[in-house]
Formats: sequence, C-alpha cells, structure tokens
Amino acid sequence: MNSAAPLHHQQSRSYVGKRQPRVEDEALLRGLGRYADDLAVPPGTLHAAVVRSPHAHARIQRVAIEAALQIPGVRGVLTGEDVKRWAAPFPVGVRQPMEHWCLAVDKVRYVGEPVAVIIAEDRYLAEDALESVEVEYDVLGVSIDPEMATNDDASVLHEAVGSNVVNDRYFNYGDADTAFEQAAHRLSLKVRYPRSACTPIECYVVLGQYDPAEGGYDVMANFQGPYAIHSVMARALQVPANRLRLRTPPDSGGSFGIKQGVFPYVVMMGLAARKVGAPVKWVEDRLEHLQGASSATNRVTTIEAAFASDGRVSALRFDQLDDCGAYLRAPEPATTYRMHGNVTGAYDIHHLQVRNRIVMTNKMPTGLNRGFGGPQVYFALERLMQRIAVTLDLDPLDVIRRNLVPTQAFPYRCSAGALLDSGDYRRGIELGVEQGGLEALRQRRESARREGRHYGIGYTVAVEPSISNMGYITMAQTPEERRRAGPKNGAVSTATISVDPLGSVSVHVSSTPQGQGHRTVAAQVVADVLGIPLESIRVDVELDTGKDAWSIASGNYSSRFAGAVAGAVHNAALKIRARLDAIAAQQWQVSVEDIRFGDGRIYTADGVHSTSFQRLAGATHWAPGTLPESETGGLRETAFWTPAELTAPDDDERINSSLCYGFIFDYCGVELDSLTGRVTIDRYVTLHDAGRMLNPQLVDGQVRGAFAQAVGAALYEAFHYNEDGSFASGTLADYLIPTTVEVPDPTILHMETPSPFTPLGAKGVGEGNNMSTPVCIANAVADALGDAVEPGAIELPLTPSKVRMLMGIEEPPRPEGVAEENAQASAGGGSKLSASDSVEIPASPQQVFASILDPDTLKAMIPGCHSLELTGDNAYRADVTVGVGMIRARFDARVELTELEPPHSLRLSGAGKSGMGDAAGAAKIRFSEIEGGKTRLDYDYEVTVGGKIASVGGRMLSSASKMLIGQIFSRLSQRLSGSTSKGSLWQRLRALTGKRGGDQ
Amino acid sequence: MYVRLDERYRVTLTLNGRERSAYAEPRTQLCDFLRHSLGATGTHVGCEHGVCGACTVMVDGRATRSCLMLAVQVEGRRVETIESLAKEGEMGDLQRAFREHHALQCGFCTAGILMSCHEFLGRVTDPSEAEVRDMLSGHLCRCTGYTGIVQAVLAVARARQNNRQEAP
Ligand code: FES
Ligand code: FES
Repeated sequence: MNSAAPLHHQQSRSYVGKRQPRVEDEALLRGLGRYADDLAVPPGTLHAAVVRSPHAHARIQRVAIEAALQIPGVRGVLTGEDVKRWAAPFPVGVRQPMEHWCLAVDKVRYVGEPVAVIIAEDRYLAEDALESVEVEYDVLGVSIDPEMATNDDASVLHEAVGSNVVNDRYFNYGDADTAFEQAAHRLSLKVRYPRSACTPIECYVVLGQYDPAEGGYDVMANFQGPYAIHSVMARALQVPANRLRLRTPPDSGGSFGIKQGVFPYVVMMGLAARKVGAPVKWVEDRLEHLQGASSATNRVTTIEAAFASDGRVSALRFDQLDDCGAYLRAPEPATTYRMHGNVTGAYDIHHLQVRNRIVMTNKMPTGLNRGFGGPQVYFALERLMQRIAVTLDLDPLDVIRRNLVPTQAFPYRCSAGALLDSGDYRRGIELGVEQGGLEALRQRRESARREGRHYGIGYTVAVEPSISNMGYITMAQTPEERRRAGPKNGAVSTATISVDPLGSVSVHVSSTPQGQGHRTVAAQVVADVLGIPLESIRVDVELDTGKDAWSIASGNYSSRFAGAVAGAVHNAALKIRARLDAIAAQQWQVSVEDIRFGDGRIYTADGVHSTSFQRLAGATHWAPGTLPESETGGLRETAFWTPAELTAPDDDERINSSLCYGFIFDYCGVELDSLTGRVTIDRYVTLHDAGRMLNPQLVDGQVRGAFAQAVGAALYEAFHYNEDGSFASGTLADYLIPTTVEVPDPTILHMETPSPFTPLGAKGVGEGNNMSTPVCIANAVADALGDAVEPGAIELPLTPSKVRMLMGIEEPPRPEGVAEENAQASAGGGSKLSASDSVEIPASPQQVFASILDPDTLKAMIPGCHSLELTGDNAYRADVTVGVGMIRARFDARVELTELEPPHSLRLSGAGKSGMGDAAGAAKIRFSEIEGGKTRLDYDYEVTVGGKIASVGGRMLSSASKMLIGQIFSRLSQRLSGSTSKGSLWQRLRALTGKRGGDQ
Repeated sequence: MYVRLDERYRVTLTLNGRERSAYAEPRTQLCDFLRHSLGATGTHVGCEHGVCGACTVMVDGRATRSCLMLAVQVEGRRVETIESLAKEGEMGDLQRAFREHHALQCGFCTAGILMSCHEFLGRVTDPSEAEVRDMLSGHLCRCTGYTGIVQAVLAVARARQNNRQEAP
C-alpha cells in the first residue's frame, strides 16, 4: 500500500452501502426473539386489566370497587382518586387550562378512556373482574365532527378552556395577498383526511414496579421514544427523572410511531404497582389497542393556490383544522407542525399563509404515526396540483415540473423556513419517467379507456423530512410565549462503543428500533471504521434510562436513524480509532498518519508493524502503564451529536423543522371495477432520493413496508365513530389491514444526493410512502373518475362502496339522432320537488348579476359542463354530466336566463334529456346587498325528473339537487372571489383572530 | 373429556417432538398455554380473535390458530411451533430464505407465517405466486409489504423442486 494514498485509513472490506443480511434475523426466525411479553417477570408479579369508558362524553359520578375487591384473586383496584393523590396531570403542549390524567378523574372524554385498573393474580382473573366495577356516569353531549366541534353551540370537552379550539395560529410568509390579487387564476379545494393508524401486530406491554425505599419507579415497556416524553412521565409521577427508570425490551413487534402512545400506561402501571405493593404487568388486547391506543390526526384542510396560466404557483394558503381527539397528548400538536417548515412540498413557492387550529373531539387522542403530518399535508397539496392541471387542461406532470425547487438552488430555504439540504428534483422526475416506464403506462390507460374501462394515472412529488428539530413543537406557541419559555431546538443523538479486555467491540445506541435493522446498520458502520469483521461486533439496542446514554431526542421516530444515529455511531467509532491511532503510533514510534485498520488488524502503511485489533485494544485494560500520557486506560467512547442547522424558530416564525429532506416522485395507474367500485393498483412506481443508502436492502424494505401501510390508508383503513361517539372499528375484521392479495409490488427506483449535514450523507427513508402514496392513489382515482366528480368528494379510504357511488351508473350510449332532437322538458309523471336556500357571495349584486350573464362564468358555474353554446339571447345549449346517487347521466340541455331585473332578480332554468331519463329545473334568484359589499342570493327552485333518474327516490333526489345547486353557487362564489381580493377570507380571518403574521 | 370450569387439568401433548405437560384451566387459550406454561414464546399473539395469524402453530400437522383453540383441546396431540423449524441447531431452508429475502422486519408476525408456509410447502410442491399470496392472505404483516415473504416461499419451492429432480 502506498503511504501517500489519499485515504488515511484503507479498509480491507467495506460494509456500508451494501446489502447485508441482518444480524437480527436468526434469533427472530428461530422463535428466540425477546419481546416484552416474553421476558421473565419478578416472582409475585400481578396482572392488570383496564376498566374503560363505554361513553364518549360523561361526568363520572361514582366508581364503586367494593364488589371487585371481593373476587378471589383480585388484589387491588387503582382509581382516579389514587391517581389524584400520587400523580399529576401530564404537561400539555399549549397554554390552556386542560388536564389529562392517566386515569379519568372527573369526566370521560372518549369511548375506551381508562377509568380504573383491576390488579389480580392473573390476566384472566383481572379481566373477569372488569364487570364488577360499577361506574355511574352522567352522560353528556358529544362533539365528533371536527368542524362541528368548533361551533359555538358544540358540546365542550374541556370546560375551563371554554371552547374546543385549544390553539389557533396564523402565519404569513412573503406577500400572499398581493400574489393572489395579481394572479391570473385561483383555485381552492377543501379536503378531509381521515383517522387511521399503522397498528403494529404486537400491542402495548408494560411491567411496572415501585420501590418505596427510593421513592422511585422502574418500568419496562415497549415504548419507542421520543425520550422527551420521559420528562412528561416523570412529571406526572412527580419524581425526579432519575427516579423513573424506564427500560425497553430487546425486541419490539413493530411500532411505526404508535408505541409512543404507551406512555400514559407507563405512569398508570407504575401507580398500580405502588397501589398493591407488587410488580404489575399489563398486556393490551387488540380491542383496547384499536379503540384507545393512538391514531393519526384527522384534518380538514382548505387549500388555495394563486397561479399563472402555465400552472406556475405564486402563492398558497392553507387553513388546517387538526382533530387531536379528547386530549392533547404530548408531543401533540406536533402533527400540525412537523411539516411546517416544508409545507410547500417540493415546490418553489414564495408566498404563503397558514392558519392552524387544533380542535378537541370525543375520540381517542392522537399521536405519532408513521408519516406524521405528511400524508395530511400532501393530500391537500398534491390534490390541488392535480386540480390546477385539470383546470388549465395541462398535463399534471408539467404543472409539477414547472413548480419544482430548481436544482441549482440547494440548499434551498423554503418560505416557512425549512432548509432543503440537497436534491435534484428535476433529474428525479426524468429518472422516474424513464426507468419507471411512464410512457407504457400512458398507453395502458389509453387502451383501457378505448375499451370503456375506468383507468386513471396519478402523480405525486413529496419532500420527506427526517430528523426532527425538537423546536418545531414550540410553533404552537406565539413568539412571545417562546421567548418566555426559552429556546428549544436540536436533536441530540447518542451512541456508545466499548472495547472489552479481550478486544471485542460492543455498541449501544439509544434508537429503540422496532424491526428496522438498526443493529445491522450500526455494526456495518463500526466494522468499516475499525476494520473488523461485522460478525465480531455486538450491538445492543435495549435502552435503560438508569444506565445508558440518552437524551430527549433518543428513540425511534422522524426517520432519524440513518442520518443521525448512524452518524453518532460513526463519530463514536472515530473516537475509538483516534485513541488506538495514538497508542499504536507511540508504540511503534511512527506518525498517526501511517496507521491503518483492516482485516481485524492494526498496522503501519509500510507493513513493518502489525498487531491484531484485539491485542492493541485490550492493552488499554491490561497494560495502561505502557500507553501514551494522554491515555486514561479502558476503552469506551460515547458520542453525542446534534446538527447546527436545527435552530429554534425565529421571530419571523420561520422554522427548519427537520434536518434532512429526501425527495420522492411517485406515479401509479389504477383501474376501477365498474361493477364493484374496487380500486386495483395496476402499476406503482416510486422513486426515492434518501441521500446515501447505508444498506439498500433495508432501504427497500422500509419503502415496501411504508407503501403497504399507505395502500391500507388509501383504500381500506379508517377508524369509524358513530354519531354518539361509539367506536365501530374494534376488531381487525372491522379495521381492514391489507393482506398479500391487496398489496402489489411497487417498482422502486433510487438516486443518491448525499446530505451535506449528516456524518454519513444519509437521510431518512422510512416514512416517505406513507406521505406520498395515499394522495398518489387518490389522484389516479380522480383521473379515472373524470371531471364530473366533485374534487372534494374524493376522500380516503377509497373503499369499493365509496368509489362505486362516485362512479355512478353508466348511461347506455345515446341512440343515433337523439342529440338532434329538441330537448324540451318532458318529465311529466316523474319525481318532483321544490325547495329554497340562500348563499352569500363576496361581491356586489351588480357584479354577481353581470357575471351570471357572462357565458364563461355560466359554464364555470355548472358542475360537469363539457360545453355551452349560445343559441339566443341568454339562451344556451349545454352538454352536461350530472350524477344523482348512483346514476350518472349526460344531458343535452337547454339553459335559459329569463325575467331579468338587474340587479335584483332573475330566473335560471334548464331542461334536458339523457339516456337515463329527463330532467328539468328552474330557480328564481333574488339578489340583496348585505354588509361588507357582499350579496345574498335567495333562491327557490323546482326540479322534476323522469325515467331511470326518478328511481333514486325523493330523499336522494332532494339531497342531490341541494348539493348540485349548492355547487353551482359555490363555484360562482369562487370565481368571483378570484377577482376581488379586498375582504378576502384570509383578511377576515386575520381580523377575526386578531393575530398578525410574523413578518409584519 | 368432561371438565369443570373451576378446576385445573394436567394437559399432556407432544410439543416439537417432546412430550410435555402442564396444568391449564379449561378456558386457557392454547397460545397462552404454549407461551406462559410451556415457555414456547416463539409463538406470538397479535389479536386474540383469529384474524392476524401471528399465533399460527401446527396441530397434528395442520396449521391452526392457537388463539382460537383451548389448551385442553390438544391433550394427547402433536403440536409444532416455530421452535421446531431449526434442525440440529441449523436453520432450515425456509428460515434461511426469509433472511435472504428480507422477509421480516420486527419479526412479530413471522412465527405464524413460517408455520403456514411450512404446512403449505409440504402440500404444494410447485406453487404459483398467486397461490402463495392466497395462502399468505390469512396473515397480517405490518412491516414488510409482503414482497420478501412471497419471494422467500417461491424460492424455497423452486430449490426443493430442483433438489428433488437432481436426486437419483
Ligand atoms: S392472535 Fe390468533 S389470529 Fe391473531
Ligand atoms: S415483520 Fe413486523 S409484522 Fe411482519
């Protein structure tokens, strides 16, 4: 080896970047894994079962436990009274007088909320005794729908707050108002993202112990971090953090964020152990898990874009309403802010306004769930981009391309503060298009459509953040509140490497993995740095807060392993190597530059000196006297690492919410079954740039796992609550997780743009498809359904029945010559209904009146209008597709505006024929000016239908007409507000909340 | 056998080729009995209502959900669990294929999946991918997206097929 070689340390073999079978696997494949429920428990351990609320909202009058205590084998019952005596409520992330205790103390606020804990000699006995606890409830009204929960007359969960909206923040970056004013086009879209969860196959397990001598708790739980929550638990238990020893088992049966939510049970079982003076173990069952563990946050978003005729977006507005359930459980409202810095996605959009509200409802509290905040943001943003393309009649991919962050701009500062570390998004798109076979997919769509099949293509680009900035959570506070509380930021990761007297290497990381293969990757990194065989290294991932190095960012979340934790491992290994360098250099009287590591040996570049790694490393224990003066003996190094780029939010409310930002480009082809409505994914292509890949096989495993979960979220999974708040998804037969036959194998493509900010250039990769795939599938379904379906009606999960409803019944082809006939209403004998309604439009009566008379506006107003042709004075012939219930029909219609009395009233009437029957309708519209230069339209309308359409029945017809007419006016309103920016929704909102954007 | 609900019975069975016995209540589920009374913790419990498949074991050679069976029902019968798959300390071909194809992440679903695959490959020697997927559809895995599992099963079937053909 040439001593002048540019690389200081040459390795005989390198592991990083290569496919490497996992060191974890053999034990798991032999059934020798040690999961939480497999571990031995101390003699005398008792078992717990949790009494839960059957009501969504009720005041607790009395909890009677006497009968339970009489049952043989029952050793005690923990109630809210005990909890009040020994514990405190959990700290909450917003400044509001709301309390969350580990057991309900005064009220229950969701079905499944823990009310008492039975402690008995075995789990069966404990469960038997559940029924004998008598709880008297005073049932209260419920708030389930997040929008209704914001109403003044809604039932309030936390009375002291006075409202269900517990946090309301408004952010303004750049000058969105002007951008909207000047833009050629505007489009707004309202979407709802449902509740679902990644539901690991292993449920929660906790073993609590209490030591009265030390006044401390010792709890084993399959908790996954973040360890910032350790502080939350210690505060609730009212002990210093060193009196809450929290331990994790060697193996965990999956988490995906969900096992963060075990923390209230850590406190609960600690208290249960204290109550009975014995260790208490609790194993959650599946019903408990589904109804009470944790859920992703459901969100209602109204998103609006200002854009040019080529699809270039100049400004965005987000109005996000996040439903965090019954309690704001730490780290919520983090879902809302995890994406905040990069809420503009992969796009270069300068002007941005965001309003975020957090609302409480009578549902289980939300928490970490793989993708965390990402699926919700991208569902709105990428649906909107698709709508922009449809509106402008452009290829959606062209609209995406035109808006991407340009390659030369990296590192790119987003308007809300994220610093996109690296990337080449345009090249990503080109690679994806070529290697994924987009052209062939387009041809498949063409030929499917020629055959009359429903086939659509959807696209998504997404930025996948990883390594969260602990400071983003404080965005829920105002700059003033943050200043008072002191700065929060960073993301400290830790790793420890020790070399024992026989020279073997042990690594410890505080990343609490749940199946991702952290032990393998950590060993790959260390093997490369120290030049020793991977098999010789032992990696320990159990975390014991009483003994191990850890910090608040420890744990397994925000895809932080590859970027941050593996980086800390690398740094710890470098520290070990530097010490061995110095020892070898002194022993051999050479310069440290000449020392090499490889093949399990340490040697000089010229080959004169060589010794085994074990021998030299062992010398630190056996013969410290022979070492250089700088040496203290022993060989153990801990590295702490936190990136400088993760600064606290600034006074302008900009936040670099994560350290790394990977890039994803997805597209897919789906087909809808016209009989059943089932969505089949024909092809799915997903391109990832996650920086440097440490182990490509594990990267693909992460992508596949995330993809399968996302297919579930897109097509099958949702937590359903009935109107009274009862929970309707309590078994895996109700909550449908996709199996092998529903999950296709995606085409996975990679590119590598290393992160300049992480020690190894790696970024996170595990959550990307949870973010990108649901909306990609929705966009494809939208494409397959066509323009006649109201965009906001495309809601996840796209179950067969929902899709079937959206598809409607195909009308038979129009018989020859029908189109030539004069389409007159001939609907006699069919269903008839009349009703009235009103709507407010932000423009003067003159403006509204004039625009209805304008053919372009009229065309834009009518949903599903393919063409509108002037046939006389204010008389038109229209080609319109209308859906009523399951029936969808294309009408050849006449539309007329008569009885014109500008600007006071007019009559809008139409009549048409279709293969599915006839329809006629007329509305008398009256215009009155109201406060703020707006107009109220009052309208009475009458609809008559005949033929097949009439078969849908009066109720369906009435709601369909109401919806259709509502759509007509909301389209009018949207079109008009597009040309008037004064008194815009945003300005009104701001005036209303009295809050000002950061840059004003 | 006539049982009383409040009594415990000694249940004797052949577990992974060895005769074992322990006490069980009539209502004790087989999965709990295997795990907590006999120490065979390789079998996992994911739902306790027969959907996830994690608890699958073989009872007299048939893949069976141990959460839907009582311990007293296996009296005198043969039960095989994941612990039986390694012969003489070496992992079997199915286990090795799972490692090779990254067919597991957290490994919690794996025990049940291996037992179903084991039974299936004993019955079906030349399966199509669709048949493999159909067999696996009785199992939920939240980590892998199933691709690696399907590949592993197909690879084992092919390899066994080749071995049979090469054998004289
Ligand atoms: S635990 Fe038996 S099928 Fe789920
Ligand atoms: S490997 Fe985790 S559930 Fe299958």
